[in-house]
Amino acid sequence: MSDGPEAGATDELSPASPTASFINIGERTNVTGSARFRKLIANDDYEAAVEVARQQVQNGAQILDVNMDEGLLDSEAAMVRYLRLIAAEPDISRVPIMLDSSKWSVIEAGLKNVSGKAIVNSISLKEGEAPFLEQARQVKRYGAAVVVMAFDEEGQAETAERKFAICERAYRLLVDAVDFPPEDIIFDPNIFAVATGIEEHNEYGRAFIEATKRIKDELPYVHVSGGVSNFSFSFRGNNAVREAMHAAFLYHAIRAGLDMAIVNAGALPVYEEIPPELRESIEDLLFNRRADATDRLLDIAQDYAGQKRTERAQDLSWRELSPEERVTHALVNGIDEYIVDDVEEIRPTVPHPLEVIEGPLMNGMSVVGDLFGAGKMFLPQVVKSARVMKKAVAHLVPYIEAQQAAEGSNAKNGKVVLATVKGDVHDIGKNIVGVVLQCNNYDVIDLGVMVPAQQILETAREEEADLIGLSGLITPSLDEMVQFAGEMQRREMDLPLLIGGATTSLVHTAVRIAPQYAGPVVYVQDASRAVGVASNLLSPTARDGFVEATQGEYEAARERHLGRRQAVERHSIERARELGAAIDWTEYEPPRPVSPGVTVFEDYPLQELVERIDWKPFFQTWELSGSFPQILDDPVVGESARGVYDDAREMLHRIIDERWLEAKAVVGFWPAHAVGDDILLFTSEARDQVLATVHTLRQQTNSEHERENLALADFIASRESGVDDYLGGFAVTAGIGIEEHVARFEADHDDYHAIMLKALADRLAEALAERMHERVRRELWAYAPDEDLENDELIAEAYRGIRPAPGYPACPDHTEKRTLFDLVSAEANAGIELTESYAMSPGASVSGWYFAHPEARYFGVGRIERDQVEDYARRKGWSVEEAERWLAPNLNYDPADSGRERAATG
Amino acid sequence: MDRAERLEALRAAMRERILVLDGSWGALLQGKGLEEADYRGERFADHPLSLKNDVDVLNLTQPDIVREVHDAYFDAGADITTTNTFTSTSVTQEDFGLDGDCYELNLAGASLARERADAWTERTPEKPRWVMGSLGPTNKTSSVAIEVSNPSIRGIDFDPLKDGYLEAARGLVDGGADILLIETIYDTLNAKAAIVAVEELREETGLELPIILSWTATDLSGRNLSGQTVEAFWNSIRHAKPLAVGLNCAFGAEQLRPSVAELSRVAEVPIAAYPNAGLPNDLGEFDETPEITSAHLGEWAESGFVNLVGGCCGTTPEHIRQIAAAVARSQPREIPEAERRMRLAGIDAFEVVS
Repeated sequence: MSDGPEAGATDELSPASPTASFINIGERTNVTGSARFRKLIANDDYEAAVEVARQQVQNGAQILDVNMDEGLLDSEAAMVRYLRLIAAEPDISRVPIMLDSSKWSVIEAGLKNVSGKAIVNSISLKEGEAPFLEQARQVKRYGAAVVVMAFDEEGQAETAERKFAICERAYRLLVDAVDFPPEDIIFDPNIFAVATGIEEHNEYGRAFIEATKRIKDELPYVHVSGGVSNFSFSFRGNNAVREAMHAAFLYHAIRAGLDMAIVNAGALPVYEEIPPELRESIEDLLFNRRADATDRLLDIAQDYAGQKRTERAQDLSWRELSPEERVTHALVNGIDEYIVDDVEEIRPTVPHPLEVIEGPLMNGMSVVGDLFGAGKMFLPQVVKSARVMKKAVAHLVPYIEAQQAAEGSNAKNGKVVLATVKGDVHDIGKNIVGVVLQCNNYDVIDLGVMVPAQQILETAREEEADLIGLSGLITPSLDEMVQFAGEMQRREMDLPLLIGGATTSLVHTAVRIAPQYAGPVVYVQDASRAVGVASNLLSPTARDGFVEATQGEYEAARERHLGRRQAVERHSIERARELGAAIDWTEYEPPRPVSPGVTVFEDYPLQELVERIDWKPFFQTWELSGSFPQILDDPVVGESARGVYDDAREMLHRIIDERWLEAKAVVGFWPAHAVGDDILLFTSEARDQVLATVHTLRQQTNSEHERENLALADFIASRESGVDDYLGGFAVTAGIGIEEHVARFEADHDDYHAIMLKALADRLAEALAERMHERVRRELWAYAPDEDLENDELIAEAYRGIRPAPGYPACPDHTEKRTLFDLVSAEANAGIELTESYAMSPGASVSGWYFAHPEARYFGVGRIERDQVEDYARRKGWSVEEAERWLAPNLNYDPADSGRERAATG
Repeated sequence: MDRAERLEALRAAMRERILVLDGSWGALLQGKGLEEADYRGERFADHPLSLKNDVDVLNLTQPDIVREVHDAYFDAGADITTTNTFTSTSVTQEDFGLDGDCYELNLAGASLARERADAWTERTPEKPRWVMGSLGPTNKTSSVAIEVSNPSIRGIDFDPLKDGYLEAARGLVDGGADILLIETIYDTLNAKAAIVAVEELREETGLELPIILSWTATDLSGRNLSGQTVEAFWNSIRHAKPLAVGLNCAFGAEQLRPSVAELSRVAEVPIAAYPNAGLPNDLGEFDETPEITSAHLGEWAESGFVNLVGGCCGTTPEHIRQIAAAVARSQPREIPEAERRMRLAGIDAFEVVS
């Protein structure tokens, strides 16, 4: 949700994961490959059979292979019926069909029943040239692409040489005799089973890979495909090993030029997640590197039999420890399966059930805390520990309450009320703070998001809380916190107030919030500091010293801030405008959007976004810093990062398979002209009726070397230039439906997964924003239709155009979101609402403007002067006070300090 | 000029300028106030079914009226006229009981158009005129379910459709059509049957038979009845190597513009566009004046989207006159080169990047 360079999408997944240029062909709608599908067709249960296709597409199949070759079936009739049924399902029929049969009559029946451009799978030289040429001519006439097997009159090709020779012969016949478009030819050089016990078969993996490389190098424009599951046939029954073999095979075959493969897209581990020992054995086999490769793989395959993917069997020896040690082990390792049993074993042995918490559980948690403090455990594990802790506590609470009812005791460290402030929906950080505090035996009352000040203060009073913690992410929340502090003062409270959240800072807390309130106000930079701050504030002995030290620190921060601000001289707005971007419009012809007006994308496929996730911010959520994927091998945090990454990948699977989240997007483009620092949007090309006005803010930076003072309006042609320009806008979300699942996790005391889900939804929303921007550049505005950037170039934003978001540095006024939302009808078209502080709900949403000019670039408006604020207020129809309130974080002056004039006149 | 010379001249003209097609036929013919008896003429006087509003039968029973319409459009400045054969396939004419007369309907329709085109070419040799044989979409769909309870049932299968198109195309070519126009494609599979039919006719006659394929959107999201986007449609029929690909009918020009722009972006062949005169009003009439329609088409020409323009439902000779004037000074769209890539399609396009 930022518009700086860090917002670039990344595609840094392991290289073995299918990329945009590698195509998964769904294999489950094949009676020869799937016993379940065969049964459904044989039993005439076409309804369930159609669901199989839907599942395949949802799981990421980009082409659907349909095969009805079964002796007992009327294959032609089954093919026709099935194709017609899936044609009626838009979420299936959006992908191309691969007509798979060894019988030409079935293929031809299929060709007569697909509207789109299909692939025929397959034809070959098996029966000689005449039928091959005739079938190729038919395929061309029906307008399909074709798979050609490496099969001739002599049989199937097994060696690399023969595979290539047959494909070359077929290529010449197709291209020269039939005039078949070479780009529509897909060769299948036969993947055969290895590790069959027959020595010659051990060359099969290498033969395929070598043949693939030669075909791609020497036969222009063609593609290569294969049925990967054959490769692992000897290991049937051991799906974990088979899937690992498929992933490793694909990893190497894709490098050799494999374009597509028939695979079960839903069951493919990431190459790098295959345990090294297993991976090495598979690769020995794949490349026939050692004579005993088969035996070695068979040997270790046992270890993986019956397991899910890369998970190894749990070492259960710790179950033999004492119950107390088992509790510690469970907490440190985040294992919640046995915790209730273990707690229940201890409870009868102590006089008071609370002692189970104070004793073994807190001991375990203090081990966790020590490891965390020493940097040996990381937040993801701590949150998992908390899940175990919460489960144990939930089990004990009824016993404790029963006893406490008799005694009236409360052994908590303290009570904290936490809330995300009014108008803001961001709560991942707040939830983490809550978990960490709970782990440390604080009683946490979490009021959730968008909580009015009144409610927070009332709750704190009724519950006799010891601390209040406020969180917020968007800049208007900063102002809400200032007012909140003022309200605490008005009520003459003395509770400590903790401030946290991504846009909060020590400076803001010191300069704006703390002066409003006489009680302690403390900025909490991240969750790991929360316990230290809370325990200091609640300790009778440490409190005064801590408060005094904090106040001293804040006073210093205020002085530094004031000093710095006074030193910086700003340009007047008039001068700043003279320094606007000097774009030569005479040489520029703005691209005209190919899809003008508003385009809506309902239910955007999440699968398409997974590869585009930028993982770095995800790890930052867990307070793990480092670049991705290097972080996974980091000597310090690597293990922790791998753990949270594995869990994230697994959850992503479920998010997609079980449709937890729905993503939506809306984009629009409008004729536009800049007028001063505003951008006028028009209802039509006639440009005579104004649809909306977008207001932009200008830098007023005055530096030693005269530099540009930018406003976004600079990147749009003025009316006087005579150039007809355009502005675009978008709103996307990946958070539709999230509440239900978050609530489910929270009800299960599972903050780990609740936080994980929110963090992933945020990442998916960012990925969607990045993906839409790419589609805008290539298809919808289409000013860069041939853009074909590598991922690192995407990250570095080597593309043309920007997508700044209202509320972020280039256009810091959040209220402009309202204009954008009206233009694209974001509520109706994307299901995103704006709160009174202009935060987007669901939180996993991104919105912004599109600028297409090649010189358009990101910048920060920075501090602005009163003259611009007055001008801006006039343009927006606001009072100056209103403008100052919304632009508070950007003011280079103190609104209370009227009469002072700092703008330079130069 | 013989057939080969005419096609040579057509290609040359398409390189030089934006060519103008004709406008609506149905409304014009129905507007002549003809009665049942006029439709029947002598030939079908005793036909068991009503023929009123089967405008294609006029090719046989009222040829002069058909000639008048051709002349009116040529007079308005059309370079190319379409034959009055939009519904003359056995599949559609079955409704009128004339499914056995389709070869003749097409032969007569193409002959009349040929006659008038040649007459105008003789009159203005510097502006030759061409005949485009119309193959309409038929009134049955091969790709869309017609029964809710059993979505595998289709209105018609591929083979009978293809046979109907083959018969019609044979009549059109025998009657002198220069080009075959597979138009108002709401169902891509129907169009693929027509493409196979033309291919079979090519084999049969040994003639070069250029075709133009014209797509139509059936909803404002820009998809046709098969559910395809315009790019998916293009991928599905690109193998036919058409002389041009286009868009017609659907909505008015304004609503059609995004689809024209999209097709212009993706197709590496000339683009034809002939929209309706706006959307039908409550009375089923088309309100867009010649000024409005021609302004839109003029803008498309300026934007470099089109090579052939004309009108569909509701457009009149006056529309064509003004459209011709509006595009006169614009250059024809330059034909982009497409990279060699596998381009597949379901109802969405799918491009294989390798």
